[in-house]
Amino acid sequence: MTGPQQEKIRQTLDDANLQLAIYSATGRLMSHRQAVVAPEVLPDYQELRTQAHLVKQHAIENLDHYLEQFESQVVARGGKVIYARDGGEVVEFLLDLAKKMGARLMVKSKSMTTEEIDLNERLERHGVEPVETDLGEYIVQLARERPYHIVAPALHKTRYDVADLFSQKLGVERETEIEKQTKIARSVLRQKFLAADIGISGANFLVADSGAVVVVTNEGNGRMTTTLPRVHVAVAGIEKVIPRAQDLAVFLKLLGRSATGQPLTVYTSFLAGPRREGEIDGPEEFYVVLLDNGRTRLLADREKRQSLYCIRCGACLNHCPVYRKVGGHSYPWVYGGPIGAIITPQYLGVTHDPWLPFASSLCGACEEVCPVKIEIPKLLLALRSEVIKVKAREGQSRLERLGFRAWAWAMRRPRIYEMLGFMGSALLGGGEGWIRRVPKLLNHGPLAAWLSQRDLPRLPARSFRQLWRARRKAGEN
Amino acid sequence: MAMVDVLERVGWQVDFPEQQTCCGQPALNTGYRDEARTVARHFLTVFRDAEYIVVPSGSCASMIAHHYAELFQSEPEWLALAHRLEPRIWEFSKFLLEVARVEDVGARLERVATFHDSCHGLRDLGIKEGPRRLLARVRGLSLREMDAAEECCGFGGTFSVKFPEISGGMARTKIDSIQRTGADLVVGIDASCLLQIQGALSRAGLPVGTMHLAEVLACR
Repeated sequence: MTGPQQEKIRQTLDDANLQLAIYSATGRLMSHRQAVVAPEVLPDYQELRTQAHLVKQHAIENLDHYLEQFESQVVARGGKVIYARDGGEVVEFLLDLAKKMGARLMVKSKSMTTEEIDLNERLERHGVEPVETDLGEYIVQLARERPYHIVAPALHKTRYDVADLFSQKLGVERETEIEKQTKIARSVLRQKFLAADIGISGANFLVADSGAVVVVTNEGNGRMTTTLPRVHVAVAGIEKVIPRAQDLAVFLKLLGRSATGQPLTVYTSFLAGPRREGEIDGPEEFYVVLLDNGRTRLLADREKRQSLYCIRCGACLNHCPVYRKVGGHSYPWVYGGPIGAIITPQYLGVTHDPWLPFASSLCGACEEVCPVKIEIPKLLLALRSEVIKVKAREGQSRLERLGFRAWAWAMRRPRIYEMLGFMGSALLGGGEGWIRRVPKLLNHGPLAAWLSQRDLPRLPARSFRQLWRARRKAGEN
Repeated sequence: MAMVDVLERVGWQVDFPEQQTCCGQPALNTGYRDEARTVARHFLTVFRDAEYIVVPSGSCASMIAHHYAELFQSEPEWLALAHRLEPRIWEFSKFLLEVARVEDVGARLERVATFHDSCHGLRDLGIKEGPRRLLARVRGLSLREMDAAEECCGFGGTFSVKFPEISGGMARTKIDSIQRTGADLVVGIDASCLLQIQGALSRAGLPVGTMHLAEVLACR
């Protein structure tokens, strides 16, 4: 691993305050989740996970069918569906729309999909002002940063950081009380809601049988984004489609619980089509932009397409001991944590950040809490093997490859295996106790890496094989 | 040798095929599937006739029982052999409780201990209460739970040397949790986790030791 990520990882590990912020925030989310999925509270939790997995599997295996059904339902309700191959096509559509309406301001509710295509920066470049309205997203937008976490974008910011940020960017007096900070954001954002012509949301689910976009939020900003402006545009990945409205009974139970430990998120909006006659709210125009951006490439891989089941709850991040150490900005793309580690190489190619699938102890905590049962460790292993194949083709990591080949050769030869033990013992010194450092000549590669953090035990004076033989001999006599 | 002692003490005859080496997990976990297969074939050949294969590691047991089948998907003969061996693979604590059906092996050890759940034992093999039940029967031993017993120690095979700072950070989080229990001993079912934990304890100069479950049960 090289470059900015390595630097970011070091910085994060060395920043005691940041470590504490990550640990306490993710720890809170973990214990909140635990409290609402415990068997005494939700006895059918495991069955729900299985069901969610199967529904997603079915939807992804029949994606073409459900996307068509979704589209025809949206159209029947007076909305429009736009297929976008990549971020460029989303921007193009939005700019055309803005031009047609003479719009300069767009409000947004939280959406990782639009982060994925750098929508804000691209709109700004064309003179359109996008404003995030989820408090956490608003904070990271003001700081011109990427979300730190799928669910909690400003997880890394303390209220003192926010106080500085608000006073700098909004010209208000420095305010460290969270409630008052919320009030400041609210008064700014209310004006934006009222002035915006277009509201952009993401989608948690697209319901094929009813043409509904389902958006869950905790702050109510999603509702205002989708109902106050004249036009509502939902930008969603194609994998968000589920077959039936009744499937939501499973997913809504799991999503809030897995994400924040809430039995149900505070606001669950079902948005289907523009305002109809006699309705008191809703937009005049309703669009759903269905984004591919590499998803069909994932779909082509039978084993790894399960990555598309993800409902972006963020539970795997909270439970990942690696994420909890390195934080959300150490990952190369907008998606961090275990889910990021499996989808980034698939979206961007395994050569983009070849180290990423290796940055895991394979502890499996992610898979254990995944509400749709994505086999993350298994996919990490598959990606590792792909990286090694590419490296072999390109003649990289020669020494490591040679090492493993030699190792495999030795492991088929018990005598040599035994000799390696003696050699190690002779080189490092056998007997009792722990090694803190070794002579410079030996201090390279994996040994040096190990000793940079931990001590190493000396090898026992007598090997297991020697003891075993002695014991058998004694038994015979 | 501790595992042999305990198994013999509860009445089992133990053999150690000297041809054995490794299960191949390091290669699989580093992405070298061909090399992993080579070593796995050796394992399967050496152990093909064993009645019960008792493994003093949750991680190795999980590799053999879960990952061999995946490795040999397109090699039907080896796949069949892997499947035949699967039900004969037993992690040590599981073997004692479910095959030998003993909880009290007559051990004695005057220490205050805390138990570390190994990830693969816990999540792949469902080993959670078993070792604690065995430890509860050790005379003189008092067991205290860590607040983060299930959190990974950070070893992760080659992860520990590919990402030493992250791995080391995880180990330090683990030993913080160990220290909060006040225990002077960490017990586990995987030598690799214990290597990581003891390595970090030793580096931090803390007077806390580590022992494999088998070593504890061998004490009397």
